[in-house]
Amino acid sequence: MNADKQSQLSAAVKRVLGGDCLSVSVAHDEVTVCVPRARIAVALQKLRDDPATSMTQLMDICGVDYPARSERFDVVYQLVSLSGNVRVRVKITTDETTSVPSVCGVYSAAGWFEREAWDLCGIKFSGHPDLRRILTDYDFEGHPLRKDFPLTGTVELRYDDEKKRVAYEPVKLSQEHREYDFLSPWAGEG
Amino acid sequence: MTESKTHSFALNFGPQHPAAHGVLRLILELDGEVVERADPHIGLLHRGTEKLIETKTYLQALPYFDRLDYVAPMCQEHAFALAVEKLLGIAPPPRAQILRVLFAEITRLLNHLFCITTAALDTGAVTPPLWGFEEREKLMAFYERVSGARMHANYFRPGGVHRDLPDGLAGDIWAYTEKFPKFLDDIETLLTENRIFKQRTVDIGIATKEQALDWGFSGPMLRASGVAWDLRKSQPYDIYDHMDFDVPVGKTGDCYARYLVRMEEMRQSNSIMRQCLKALPEGPVMVDNYKIAPPPRADITCSMEALIHHFKLYTEGFHVPAGETYTAVEAPKGEFGVYLVADGTNKPYRCKIRAPSFAHLQALETMCKGHMIADVAAIIGSLDIVFGEVDR
Repeated sequence: MNADKQSQLSAAVKRVLGGDCLSVSVAHDEVTVCVPRARIAVALQKLRDDPATSMTQLMDICGVDYPARSERFDVVYQLVSLSGNVRVRVKITTDETTSVPSVCGVYSAAGWFEREAWDLCGIKFSGHPDLRRILTDYDFEGHPLRKDFPLTGTVELRYDDEKKRVAYEPVKLSQEHREYDFLSPWAGEG
Repeated sequence: MTESKTHSFALNFGPQHPAAHGVLRLILELDGEVVERADPHIGLLHRGTEKLIETKTYLQALPYFDRLDYVAPMCQEHAFALAVEKLLGIAPPPRAQILRVLFAEITRLLNHLFCITTAALDTGAVTPPLWGFEEREKLMAFYERVSGARMHANYFRPGGVHRDLPDGLAGDIWAYTEKFPKFLDDIETLLTENRIFKQRTVDIGIATKEQALDWGFSGPMLRASGVAWDLRKSQPYDIYDHMDFDVPVGKTGDCYARYLVRMEEMRQSNSIMRQCLKALPEGPVMVDNYKIAPPPRADITCSMEALIHHFKLYTEGFHVPAGETYTAVEAPKGEFGVYLVADGTNKPYRCKIRAPSFAHLQALETMCKGHMIADVAAIIGSLDIVFGEVDR
């Protein structure tokens, strides 16, 4: 892929999205476009249906947590166009309480990816047909990929021989959790 | 005659069913023998890989990728290594690129041998896995000779590969590629025109072109539905653009088409391996930058600089400039992508792993609906799912 193709693509994305496009940037030969949260489903539908972009497939949805921001989550959609052989990344932001319109109606593939984002990051999606947890245990509490969730988790389980069933207990570490932070305080060259 | 009523009932398929290919718990709602609903419950193998990677340096994160799809480890290392290289702005030397492609194709053979033969087992054929696993064992011996491990190789590194080929390995792989097509012919005599195998797979679990695109299919699953799309051709990485190979495309999108596509892919992989061995140039296998690659072992005993570099690389690791990338490779199962967000430190800020099986398994219900319960096993077999990467 070359820079020319990327600038053409970002121009096409801008044209297709019109007012729904907040910003377009190109880095590492990849096009990223930010759109308003409420318009995400519309924006993806436009990108899919307009022949100038024709983003045939949704490959991934992913949540990224930035706890210091007021809207702490990025929701990132990876699109690919098979006919144009290009990729576009669409980003929106949200917080813990505001729900994001589901894009299941645009791409069926979104179903499980949105469930995963809800499960691991705690991002809410409105209009999702079946927003259950997907990867964590039944009755799991918390959202592991949030930066404030401890690496060790909060519960551990063992087989209780008296009760003849699996028992959940708060995590007890026999030795304290060790942070291996080798980050040098001196800034090196390169 | 009394009137009989049929009830739909729920069946718990797995998590320890041999045809579930791992720990899949599938809740099937059946009307008699006909599947009405299939609800996969996944996550039984969830190990928090993405969370763990956030707390490890880039080099320490690499071995986790072997443990995702443990049937095709090196292709996933490939995606991560390429993503890190992209953010670092480095490119591995030519010999390393060819070695990576060589081993990526060996990995494809490993994966497809596993997939095809176990799918045959699910449909009642016992011999193919016995034959196929013998071949897998030989290929894993190549893994072991080059990296020291049969499966969890940790061989592709950002900047190249960890070690050069040991003496004699290139010749042995060449000898293997000469015999391998004969083996494929043997497998084909067992399956391709086998009446039972065809009855179990033809017209079973059809995904149309539109469905395949809508559900985010990739790899052989997408190609079996008639879409000519292969990242090795369309968005080539390393030296795939110099390789001469064909991309097989299916017509019907059923389990049988997926089998045929995978069989042909193995023949193409074999040919790519031969091209790699022919084109293998002399030279280094790692970038010449001691901030990213370790210095030669011999230097450590006599050079203070080398000792410091070695120590810093394996404790602090290297810093990756802030930025983000979504880098995808054509793994044997489909598009394996890594969305890597770097914040300028020695650890990834976020590393989202896009696993092909995850998207394929999601479409299971669409493909199973209206089929008989026995077909569920055939469809799961043709999806080629591995729970290491579905659950991460």
